[in-house]
This record gives sequence, structure tokens and C-alpha cells, in this order.
Amino acid sequence: MQLEYFISLLLGGLAKGSIYALIALGYTMVYGIIQLINFAHGEIYMIGAFTALIFSTVITYTMPDTAFLINVGISFTGAIIFAAAYGFTMERIAYRPLRNAPRLSALISAIGMSILLQNYVLLAQTPDFLPFPSLVPNFSFLEPIEYIVSSNQIVIIVTTIIVMILLTLLIKFTRVGKAMRATAQDKTMAQLIGINVDKIIAITFVIGSSTAALGGVLISSNIGQINYYIGFIAGIKAFVAAVLGGIGSIPGAVLGSLILGLTESFGSGYISSDYEDAFAFIFLVIILIFKPEGILGRKDNQKV
Amino acid sequence: MLKLESVNTYYGNIHALKGIDIEINKGEIVTLIGANGAGKSTTLMTISGVVPPKTGTVTFKGENISSKNPDEIVQMGLVQVPEGRHIFPYLTVQENLDMGAFLRKDKPAIKKDLEYVFELFPRLSERRKQTGGTLSGGEQQMLAISRAIMAKPDLLLLDEPSLGLAPIIVMQIFEIIKKINRENNTTIFLVEQNANMALKVAHRGYVMETGRITISDKSENLLANDSVRKAYLGM
Ligand SMILES: Nc1ncnc2c1ncn2[C@@H]1O[C@H](COP(=O)(O)OP(=O)(O)OP(=O)(O)O)[C@@H](O)[C@H]1O
Ligand SMILES: [Mg+2]
Repeated sequence: MQLEYFISLLLGGLAKGSIYALIALGYTMVYGIIQLINFAHGEIYMIGAFTALIFSTVITYTMPDTAFLINVGISFTGAIIFAAAYGFTMERIAYRPLRNAPRLSALISAIGMSILLQNYVLLAQTPDFLPFPSLVPNFSFLEPIEYIVSSNQIVIIVTTIIVMILLTLLIKFTRVGKAMRATAQDKTMAQLIGINVDKIIAITFVIGSSTAALGGVLISSNIGQINYYIGFIAGIKAFVAAVLGGIGSIPGAVLGSLILGLTESFGSGYISSDYEDAFAFIFLVIILIFKPEGILGRKDNQKV
Repeated sequence: MLKLESVNTYYGNIHALKGIDIEINKGEIVTLIGANGAGKSTTLMTISGVVPPKTGTVTFKGENISSKNPDEIVQMGLVQVPEGRHIFPYLTVQENLDMGAFLRKDKPAIKKDLEYVFELFPRLSERRKQTGGTLSGGEQQMLAISRAIMAKPDLLLLDEPSLGLAPIIVMQIFEIIKKINRENNTTIFLVEQNANMALKVAHRGYVMETGRITISDKSENLLANDSVRKAYLGM
């Protein structure tokens, strides 16, 4: 039916957009704070997914009696902790030494990191797609309307909403949040009022990596397979979403992601799924022609 | 209270501070004057730990701070108002002031200091909710000084607080500097282009030329010194 089809596309788009948002957060927060496009961010998402796969596989084979929810809990937590550790280490070795170097150097370092991490996973794992277990419970109450919305999509959307609320509270009201805002606006001054800028930047990478890992596990669980390359496309899409919304702005990243997710969903549902990936870029070009700083971006982002 | 001994600071290959010695005692107002590019701001940034010295030592309250992080130095009570004000543009006046007290935990005392700065600058109180970036230059300078007061400094470094302000505001700012020194017993190290005004409020002064301290004397002697008058007082 028309309406049901529309609703299923809508929810599918929101779920997709939610995943983009979880990844785009990392791009936009890192850009906001050190004006770096972290090209290796998509790889963090991919590593998060692989970590969950490893954890859940090990649990399933060594302790087959483990309750499903415990397996899920450990896999998600493991993925987040590992991804956060990768993000933290990446900032330390690849970006911090270049903090005062020309921006291009850091960008090249980011691209290098991306290639390195992809190939590391390629060698450590395999170039082939690996099956990914479903780490999201199936809600029986959704069964009658399964053709409209899946448990997976609901979990993705709800998780993203919770993450966004927590993050907003963190940034608005906590000491760390205030320090992050101050550091993003003026690093020298942040130091001069006693903020440990290195620490705040590290925290930013940890938060961005954690949400990316969360997104990685959720979507992989939905799609059912992963390989070393999934971070690339997802990373580019999330990056487009961040630019669309105005890079550096957190609400912008969320908005851009939802717009992108919905465009892809409706575009492939009503026009043609062959062009799904193209919609993102068409949209980006159109928005940037009319509003180069992005939907919620600040014109003077470059100033600091 | 603060002592710099043969401090050398570099930006890459640029040798910005060439073995400078400065000493500031508790309760003093000391000024540092010099032409553009002499290294005055660099001196303050070196003291604050933002651009650490390559050789030489900076001692504050008897402790060597030359390799400490800027935040540790602020924690010790050494606070800087940098050149160009550096107001957080998207934070409100109130939030900017709160950020000044970032490292403090004594809530009641913070509240009192907030009242104190609003007393010093009633204008800021009216504009509490306005974002920093939308303030006028003079208001921003008031906010920058107030934010530093919120940190409850023992030693306050001020980098050209009069830059770009109308004469009347300049007078007001210098009055407040004297007042902070008198009422809170805050030691002040003041960098200025406006040598005439600076030497009038300061007890002592240093003259800096291309990375070196060339003269150090009491303010009244500097005001009377011929070469200082020629070079910095336009007389
Ligand atoms: N970040 C930097 N990188 C490279 N060189 C710098 C940097 N900052 C300052 N310099 C150089 O160091 C020297 C001293 O600069 P500084 O800003 O300390 O001068 P100043 O005395 O404060 O001048 P002004 O009165 O114009 O503010 C100058 O030659 C300047 O070009
Ligand atoms: Mg200067």
C-alpha cells in the first residue's frame, strides 16, 4: 500500500541517517576542535564492527551457553572500547605531532592512517566478506508490521536519539563539555584559562570513535556481513552529511545525516536504487552551491 | 614572585627572545615596553608556557615553571590577558566569565568575584546574555580583563590592554588596573605600546628591543630618560 510503503521508506531513511549521524559526529567534532578532516574516521567505524564480530564469535564458540544479551553487551562494549583506544592512539601518533604543522600535512597523515588501518585489517582478517551475527534482539511485538519497520531499525533510531541527548547534555552542562567548546573556539585562550587542550582533544577523539563504533556494530548487525572496506563508503557518506549540515556543528551533522539518509531512502524507493550512492553527492553539490558553509555551519569557521 | 633568567625562545629558526632577564616582586606593577615585533607578546607567552623557552628558566613562586603546561601554570595563580582579547565568540558574557574560573572550585568566592567584576564594569552586567563576539572592542577588553580576574590571579599578565581603544576607555582601563593591584594585591606585568600611560601606572619598567632587554629602571627615571622619550614617548 502507498502509505505503508512511504512509512517504511521514512523509517528506513531515518535509520540510515542515524547511522550516518553516529559516524558524522566524529568528523564534525574533530573538525570543530582541530580543523582536521580525519580521513581515517571511517576506519574506526570498521574496526569497531570487526571488534564486535571477534568478541561475539569468541563468546559463541567458547561459551555457547552465554545469554544473548550478555553476548551483545560484551560485543558492543568491546567494540566501543577498542575503537576508542584506536582513536586515542591515532590522535597521539598521527595528529598531535603535526598540530602546529601546515594543515595539509595533517590531512596527508590522516589519509595515510586510513590506508594503514584498512590494510592492517585486510592482512589480519581477510579480503572477503565475513558474516556478521545479529546483535540486536527481535521484538516480537513488531512481527505484525515487520514489512514496515524492523527491530533493527527501531534499535538504531532509539540508540541514536539517546546518544544525541547524552552528548548534548555533556557539551552544554559538564566541565569537559564547556572545555570542549572553549577549545573549539580559541585554543590559545583555552590554554590560558587553564584547560589542558591536549586532554580535551584526546577526549574528542575518544567520543567520536565510540559513537562511530556503535554505528558500525548496529549497521553491520543489520546488513549481516562486513569486510575491511566498509569504512570507506560509510565514512565518505558521513563526511558528506557533516559537510552538508555544516562541518564543525553537531546539530548540523545530525541534520545533514538525516537529510542524507532520507534522500537515499526515498530516492532509491521512488526513483531507482541504482543511483542510491549518487543522491548523496547530488545533494551535497546543490546545498554547497547555495550555502557553502553548510546548512547550520558558521561562515567564519575558518577564523580561529 | 616571578623571575626570568637568560630566557631564549624560538619560533622554528626565529630567535625571538635572546637571553632575557626580568624580575617582578609581589605587589608591584611592572611594565614592558618596546616597538612592534620586539618580543613582548612572546615574553608573556613564554611565561605562560604556551611557547616554552628553549633555554633559561622561568621561576614563579620559587618553582621552576619553564617546562610546565599552560594549565598547570594557571593553576599556580599566573594568568594572562593575551593581545587581541581572545574572547570566546560564541559564548555569552556570563559564560566567558565562568570560563575564567574554570580551575576554581570555591563557588561562594567565585560568586563574589563575579559581583566584583560587574561592579568594576557595570556594562558587562547589562550584557550578560550577549555573545562575546558581538561586543564592541572596548567591551571585549573589559570582558577579557574581567575573565582573568575570575581566575583569581596572584600575578596578572596584560598584553596591550589599551590597543585600539578610545582615550577615555584607555583611561578607565588603566584606572582599573591600578585598582585591581591596590584592592586585591594582584601583582601586574603590563605590556604596552602606550608607553606614556604604562609608565605612569607602573612602578618599574623594562624596555625591549629585538628580543633583548635594553633598559630596566624605575618608571620615573624611564619617563625622564632621553632615549626612551625619543623612541617610545614621541618627544
Ligand atoms: N607564531 C609565530 N611564528 C613565527 N614567528 C613569530 C610568531 N609570533 C611572533 N613571531 C615573531 O617573533 C617576533 C616577536 O613577536 P612578538 O609578537 O613577541 O612581538 P611584540 O613585541 O609583541 O610586537 P607587537 O607590539 O607588534 O605586538 C616577531 O619578529 C614576530 O614576527
Ligand atoms: Mg605583541
